[in-house]
Amino acid sequence: MHIMEGFLPVEHAIGWGIASAPFVAYGTYVVKKRIRENPEQRMLLGVAAAFTFVLSALKLPSVTGSCSHPTGTGLGALLFGPIAMAPIGLVVLLFQALLLAHGGLTTLGANIFSMAIVGPFVAYGVFRLARSLKLSFAVSVFLAASLGDLMTYVTTSVQLAWAFPDPVGGFMASFAKFAGVFAFTQIPLAISEGLLTVLIFNALARFNPQELRDMKLVRAGEVQA
Amino acid sequence: MKRTQNIMLILAVIILGVFPLWYVQKPAPDANGEVAEIFAGADDKAKNLVSEINPDYKPWFESIIEPASGEIASLLFALQAALGAGVIGYYLGVSVTREKMRREALRKEVR
Repeated sequence: MHIMEGFLPVEHAIGWGIASAPFVAYGTYVVKKRIRENPEQRMLLGVAAAFTFVLSALKLPSVTGSCSHPTGTGLGALLFGPIAMAPIGLVVLLFQALLLAHGGLTTLGANIFSMAIVGPFVAYGVFRLARSLKLSFAVSVFLAASLGDLMTYVTTSVQLAWAFPDPVGGFMASFAKFAGVFAFTQIPLAISEGLLTVLIFNALARFNPQELRDMKLVRAGEVQA
Repeated sequence: MKRTQNIMLILAVIILGVFPLWYVQKPAPDANGEVAEIFAGADDKAKNLVSEINPDYKPWFESIIEPASGEIASLLFALQAALGAGVIGYYLGVSVTREKMRREALRKEVR
Protein backbone atom coordinates (compact mmCIF):
# COMPACT_ATOMS: atom_id res chain seq x y z
CA MET A 1 0.00 0.00 0.00
CA HIS A 2 3.02 2.25 0.00
CA ILE A 3 2.58 4.90 -2.66
CA MET A 4 6.08 5.54 -3.95
CA GLU A 5 7.98 8.74 -3.34
CA GLY A 6 6.86 11.47 -5.73
CA PHE A 7 4.02 9.40 -7.15
CA LEU A 8 1.22 11.68 -6.03
CA PRO A 9 0.72 15.11 -7.60
CA VAL A 10 1.71 17.98 -5.29
CA GLU A 11 -1.84 19.04 -4.39
CA HIS A 12 -2.82 15.45 -3.52
CA ALA A 13 0.33 14.98 -1.44
CA ILE A 14 -0.41 18.15 0.53
CA GLY A 15 -4.13 17.35 0.80
CA TRP A 16 -3.55 13.91 2.32
CA GLY A 17 -0.95 15.39 4.64
CA ILE A 18 -3.50 17.90 5.92
CA ALA A 19 -6.12 15.16 6.25
CA SER A 20 -3.83 12.93 8.31
CA ALA A 21 -2.23 15.55 10.55
CA PRO A 22 -5.13 16.01 13.03
CA PHE A 23 -5.42 12.24 13.51
CA VAL A 24 -1.71 11.98 14.27
CA ALA A 25 -1.84 14.96 16.64
CA TYR A 26 -4.92 13.79 18.52
CA GLY A 27 -3.63 10.19 18.52
CA THR A 28 -0.37 11.33 20.11
CA TYR A 29 -2.34 13.16 22.80
CA VAL A 30 -4.52 10.10 23.48
CA VAL A 31 -1.54 7.74 23.68
CA LYS A 32 0.36 10.06 26.04
CA LYS A 33 -2.65 10.46 28.30
CA ARG A 34 -3.27 6.72 28.35
CA ILE A 35 0.34 5.97 29.31
CA ARG A 36 0.27 8.62 32.03
CA GLU A 37 -2.87 7.08 33.54
CA ASN A 38 -1.81 3.46 33.04
CA PRO A 39 1.99 3.31 33.00
CA GLU A 40 1.81 -0.50 33.07
CA GLN A 41 0.36 -0.43 29.54
CA ARG A 42 3.52 1.12 28.14
CA MET A 43 4.97 -2.24 27.25
CA LEU A 44 1.76 -3.40 25.61
CA LEU A 45 1.84 -0.27 23.45
CA GLY A 46 5.34 -1.28 22.44
CA VAL A 47 3.99 -4.69 21.45
CA ALA A 48 1.30 -3.09 19.27
CA ALA A 49 3.95 -1.00 17.50
CA ALA A 50 6.29 -3.99 17.21
CA PHE A 51 3.53 -6.10 15.66
CA THR A 52 3.09 -3.47 12.94
CA PHE A 53 6.86 -3.37 12.47
CA VAL A 54 7.06 -7.13 11.96
CA LEU A 55 4.00 -7.57 9.76
CA SER A 56 4.72 -4.64 7.47
CA ALA A 57 8.23 -5.99 6.87
CA LEU A 58 6.92 -9.34 5.67
CA LYS A 59 6.39 -9.25 1.94
CA LEU A 60 4.37 -12.34 1.22
CA PRO A 61 3.58 -13.91 -2.15
CA SER A 62 -0.02 -13.84 -3.29
CA VAL A 63 -2.04 -15.81 -5.83
CA THR A 64 -1.96 -12.89 -8.26
CA GLY A 65 1.78 -13.46 -8.73
CA SER A 66 2.90 -10.35 -6.92
CA CYS A 67 4.06 -9.70 -3.39
CA SER A 68 2.58 -7.45 -0.78
CA HIS A 69 2.57 -7.18 2.97
CA PRO A 70 0.10 -7.11 5.85
CA THR A 71 -0.15 -3.98 7.99
CA GLY A 72 -0.52 -5.29 11.54
CA THR A 73 -2.57 -2.29 12.63
CA GLY A 74 -5.57 -4.32 13.84
CA LEU A 75 -3.95 -5.40 17.11
CA GLY A 76 -3.16 -1.88 18.28
CA ALA A 77 -6.54 -0.56 17.12
CA LEU A 78 -8.35 -3.11 19.28
CA LEU A 79 -6.06 -2.67 22.29
CA PHE A 80 -5.70 1.10 22.36
CA GLY A 81 -8.47 2.39 20.09
CA PRO A 82 -8.10 3.26 16.40
CA ILE A 83 -6.80 6.79 16.92
CA ALA A 84 -3.72 5.49 18.76
CA MET A 85 -2.49 3.80 15.59
CA ALA A 86 -2.04 7.08 13.71
CA PRO A 87 1.19 8.10 15.52
CA ILE A 88 2.42 4.49 15.54
CA GLY A 89 1.80 4.24 11.79
CA LEU A 90 3.68 7.50 11.31
CA VAL A 91 6.75 6.02 13.03
CA VAL A 92 6.68 2.84 10.95
CA LEU A 93 6.07 4.64 7.66
CA LEU A 94 8.71 7.25 8.38
CA PHE A 95 11.27 4.52 9.11
CA GLN A 96 10.44 2.81 5.82
CA ALA A 97 10.38 6.05 3.83
CA LEU A 98 13.70 7.33 5.13
CA LEU A 99 15.79 4.16 5.30
CA LEU A 100 14.19 1.73 2.90
CA ALA A 101 12.98 4.02 0.09
CA HIS A 102 9.68 2.21 0.70
CA GLY A 103 6.87 4.72 0.46
CA GLY A 104 8.08 8.30 0.73
CA LEU A 105 8.02 11.65 2.47
CA THR A 106 5.76 13.28 -0.13
CA THR A 107 3.33 10.35 0.06
CA LEU A 108 3.57 9.98 3.84
CA GLY A 109 0.23 11.71 4.47
CA ALA A 110 -1.60 9.47 2.00
CA ASN A 111 0.07 6.32 3.33
CA ILE A 112 -0.73 7.25 6.94
CA PHE A 113 -4.33 7.83 5.93
CA SER A 114 -4.74 4.38 4.39
CA MET A 115 -2.65 2.29 6.78
CA ALA A 116 -2.86 4.09 10.12
CA ILE A 117 -6.29 5.74 9.96
CA VAL A 118 -8.72 3.89 7.65
CA GLY A 119 -7.40 0.41 8.50
CA PRO A 120 -7.55 0.82 12.30
CA PHE A 121 -10.97 2.53 12.26
CA VAL A 122 -12.41 -0.23 10.06
CA ALA A 123 -10.85 -2.88 12.31
CA TYR A 124 -12.27 -1.24 15.43
CA GLY A 125 -15.73 -0.80 13.90
CA VAL A 126 -15.87 -4.37 12.63
CA PHE A 127 -14.76 -5.67 16.03
CA ARG A 128 -17.47 -3.73 17.88
CA LEU A 129 -20.09 -4.84 15.36
CA ALA A 130 -19.00 -8.48 15.53
CA ARG A 131 -19.07 -8.41 19.33
CA SER A 132 -22.53 -6.89 19.40
CA LEU A 133 -23.64 -9.70 17.08
CA LYS A 134 -22.38 -12.11 19.78
CA LEU A 135 -19.64 -13.58 17.60
CA SER A 136 -16.82 -15.24 19.54
CA PHE A 137 -13.76 -13.23 20.50
CA ALA A 138 -11.48 -15.07 18.05
CA VAL A 139 -13.85 -14.67 15.11
CA SER A 140 -14.35 -10.97 15.90
CA VAL A 141 -10.60 -10.36 16.04
CA PHE A 142 -10.09 -12.25 12.79
CA LEU A 143 -12.77 -10.28 10.92
CA ALA A 144 -11.55 -6.98 12.36
CA ALA A 145 -7.88 -7.46 11.46
CA SER A 146 -8.47 -8.88 7.99
CA LEU A 147 -11.08 -6.32 6.91
CA GLY A 148 -8.96 -3.49 8.30
CA ASP A 149 -6.02 -4.76 6.28
CA LEU A 150 -8.10 -5.11 3.11
CA MET A 151 -9.68 -1.66 3.44
CA THR A 152 -6.21 -0.12 3.76
CA TYR A 153 -5.41 -1.42 0.29
CA VAL A 154 -8.78 -0.37 -1.11
CA THR A 155 -8.03 3.12 0.22
CA THR A 156 -4.66 3.15 -1.53
CA SER A 157 -6.42 2.20 -4.76
CA VAL A 158 -8.91 5.05 -4.29
CA GLN A 159 -6.07 7.51 -3.63
CA LEU A 160 -4.19 6.50 -6.77
CA ALA A 161 -7.32 6.39 -8.93
CA TRP A 162 -8.27 9.86 -7.71
CA ALA A 163 -4.84 11.21 -8.58
CA PHE A 164 -4.61 9.32 -11.87
CA PRO A 165 -8.07 8.92 -13.43
CA ASP A 166 -8.13 6.88 -16.59
CA PRO A 167 -8.19 9.14 -19.71
CA VAL A 168 -11.09 7.10 -21.12
CA GLY A 169 -12.94 5.50 -18.22
CA GLY A 170 -12.20 8.13 -15.58
CA PHE A 171 -12.01 7.41 -11.87
CA MET A 172 -13.88 4.09 -11.87
CA ALA A 173 -11.80 2.49 -14.65
CA SER A 174 -8.64 3.63 -12.94
CA PHE A 175 -9.88 2.40 -9.56
CA ALA A 176 -10.62 -1.01 -11.06
CA LYS A 177 -7.03 -1.20 -12.35
CA PHE A 178 -5.40 -0.17 -9.08
CA ALA A 179 -7.71 -2.37 -7.05
CA GLY A 180 -6.70 -5.23 -9.35
CA VAL A 181 -3.09 -4.63 -8.33
CA PHE A 182 -3.64 -3.97 -4.63
CA ALA A 183 -6.95 -5.28 -3.33
CA PHE A 184 -7.02 -8.69 -5.05
CA THR A 185 -3.40 -9.38 -4.17
CA GLN A 186 -4.25 -8.50 -0.62
CA ILE A 187 -7.14 -10.92 -0.03
CA PRO A 188 -5.02 -13.95 1.03
CA LEU A 189 -2.65 -11.66 2.93
CA ALA A 190 -5.56 -10.07 4.76
CA ILE A 191 -6.66 -13.54 5.82
CA SER A 192 -3.10 -14.24 7.03
CA GLU A 193 -3.11 -11.00 8.98
CA GLY A 194 -6.42 -11.94 10.59
CA LEU A 195 -5.08 -15.35 11.61
CA LEU A 196 -1.82 -13.91 12.98
CA THR A 197 -3.72 -11.30 14.98
CA VAL A 198 -5.87 -14.02 16.57
CA LEU A 199 -2.63 -15.88 17.35
CA ILE A 200 -1.06 -12.95 19.17
CA PHE A 201 -4.32 -12.23 21.01
CA ASN A 202 -4.35 -15.86 22.18
CA ALA A 203 -0.86 -15.39 23.58
CA LEU A 204 -1.78 -12.08 25.24
CA ALA A 205 -5.00 -13.49 26.69
CA ARG A 206 -3.21 -16.56 28.05
CA PHE A 207 -0.77 -14.56 30.14
CA ASN A 208 -2.46 -11.20 30.64
CA PRO A 209 -6.16 -11.96 31.10
CA GLN A 210 -6.51 -9.17 33.66
CA GLU A 211 -5.17 -6.51 31.30
CA LEU A 212 -7.48 -7.49 28.47
CA ARG A 213 -10.43 -7.42 30.87
CA ASP A 214 -9.37 -3.97 32.09
CA MET A 215 -9.36 -2.83 28.48
CA LYS A 216 -12.92 -4.19 28.17
CA LEU A 217 -11.95 -6.31 25.19
CA VAL A 218 -13.18 -9.56 26.65
CA ARG A 219 -16.11 -10.23 28.94
CA ALA A 220 -15.53 -11.77 32.34
CA GLY A 221 -15.30 -15.53 32.14
CA GLU A 222 -14.43 -15.57 28.45
CA VAL A 223 -10.71 -16.02 28.98
CA GLN A 224 -9.51 -18.79 31.21
CA ALA A 225 -6.37 -17.90 33.13
CA MET B 1 -8.09 -26.19 23.26
CA LYS B 2 -6.13 -23.05 22.57
CA ARG B 3 -2.99 -25.02 21.70
CA THR B 4 -4.75 -26.87 18.87
CA GLN B 5 -6.25 -23.60 17.65
CA ASN B 6 -2.82 -21.94 17.63
CA ILE B 7 -1.25 -24.80 15.66
CA MET B 8 -4.11 -24.65 13.14
CA LEU B 9 -3.64 -20.88 12.79
CA ILE B 10 0.09 -21.22 12.14
CA LEU B 11 -0.51 -24.01 9.62
CA ALA B 12 -3.12 -21.94 7.79
CA VAL B 13 -0.75 -18.96 7.52
CA ILE B 14 2.01 -21.20 6.14
CA ILE B 15 -0.37 -22.75 3.60
CA LEU B 16 -1.57 -19.30 2.51
CA GLY B 17 2.06 -18.26 2.04
CA VAL B 18 3.25 -21.37 0.20
CA PHE B 19 0.23 -22.02 -2.00
CA PRO B 20 0.89 -19.08 -4.38
CA LEU B 21 4.46 -20.26 -4.96
CA TRP B 22 3.08 -23.51 -6.30
CA TYR B 23 -0.03 -22.07 -7.94
CA VAL B 24 1.45 -19.21 -9.97
CA GLN B 25 3.24 -20.50 -13.06
CA LYS B 26 6.26 -18.79 -14.57
CA PRO B 27 5.06 -17.04 -17.73
CA ALA B 28 6.46 -18.24 -21.05
CA PRO B 29 9.48 -16.24 -22.30
CA ASP B 30 8.54 -13.44 -24.69
CA ALA B 31 9.95 -12.88 -28.21
CA ASN B 32 13.32 -11.73 -26.85
CA GLY B 33 13.60 -14.83 -24.71
CA GLU B 34 13.13 -12.77 -21.55
CA VAL B 35 10.95 -14.13 -18.81
CA ALA B 36 8.72 -11.66 -17.03
CA GLU B 37 9.42 -11.44 -13.33
CA ILE B 38 6.86 -12.98 -11.01
CA PHE B 39 6.23 -12.10 -7.37
CA ALA B 40 7.38 -8.53 -7.85
CA GLY B 41 6.11 -6.00 -5.32
CA ALA B 42 2.56 -4.72 -5.73
CA ASP B 43 3.88 -1.21 -5.02
CA ASP B 44 6.11 -1.45 -8.11
CA LYS B 45 3.21 -2.69 -10.20
CA ALA B 46 1.16 0.31 -9.11
CA LYS B 47 4.05 2.56 -10.11
CA ASN B 48 4.07 1.03 -13.59
CA LEU B 49 0.31 1.39 -13.78
CA VAL B 50 0.63 5.12 -13.08
CA SER B 51 3.05 5.51 -15.98
CA GLU B 52 0.65 3.49 -18.14
CA ILE B 53 -2.42 5.59 -17.31
CA ASN B 54 -0.58 8.89 -17.45
CA PRO B 55 2.63 8.54 -19.49
CA ASP B 56 3.39 12.24 -19.01
CA TYR B 57 3.52 12.05 -15.22
CA LYS B 58 6.95 12.77 -13.83
CA PRO B 59 7.62 11.94 -10.16
CA TRP B 60 8.55 15.28 -8.63
CA PHE B 61 10.52 14.01 -5.67
CA GLU B 62 13.13 11.29 -5.26
CA SER B 63 13.84 9.15 -2.20
CA ILE B 64 16.59 10.73 -0.14
CA ILE B 65 18.36 7.46 0.56
CA GLU B 66 17.91 4.48 -1.69
CA PRO B 67 19.22 1.13 -0.32
CA ALA B 68 22.42 0.49 -2.26
CA SER B 69 21.24 -2.92 -3.50
CA GLY B 70 18.53 -5.54 -3.11
CA GLU B 71 20.69 -7.22 -0.48
CA ILE B 72 20.94 -4.06 1.60
CA ALA B 73 17.20 -3.58 1.30
CA SER B 74 16.54 -7.10 2.57
CA LEU B 75 19.03 -6.47 5.39
CA LEU B 76 17.01 -3.46 6.49
CA PHE B 77 13.70 -5.31 6.18
CA ALA B 78 15.11 -8.20 8.20
CA LEU B 79 16.30 -5.72 10.80
CA GLN B 80 12.85 -4.15 10.96
CA ALA B 81 11.19 -7.53 11.51
CA ALA B 82 13.85 -8.61 14.03
CA LEU B 83 13.38 -5.47 16.11
CA GLY B 84 9.64 -6.00 16.23
CA ALA B 85 9.91 -9.70 16.98
CA GLY B 86 12.41 -8.98 19.76
CA VAL B 87 10.02 -6.60 21.50
CA ILE B 88 7.10 -9.05 21.23
CA GLY B 89 9.25 -11.95 22.44
CA TYR B 90 10.48 -9.93 25.42
CA TYR B 91 6.96 -8.96 26.42
CA LEU B 92 5.68 -12.54 26.18
CA GLY B 93 8.69 -13.74 28.19
CA VAL B 94 7.99 -11.20 30.91
CA SER B 95 4.30 -12.15 30.93
CA VAL B 96 4.99 -15.88 31.25
CA THR B 97 7.35 -15.35 34.18
CA ARG B 98 4.98 -12.94 35.92
CA GLU B 99 2.12 -15.42 35.60
CA LYS B 100 4.29 -18.24 36.93
CA MET B 101 5.44 -16.20 39.94
CA ARG B 102 1.89 -15.13 40.71
CA ARG B 103 0.74 -18.74 40.76
CA GLU B 104 3.60 -19.74 43.03
CA ALA B 105 2.82 -16.92 45.42
CA LEU B 106 -0.81 -18.03 45.43
CA ARG B 107 0.17 -21.60 46.24
CA LYS B 108 2.33 -20.45 49.16
CA GLU B 109 -0.54 -18.43 50.57
CA VAL B 110 -2.81 -21.46 50.48
CA ARG B 111 -0.27 -23.41 52.50
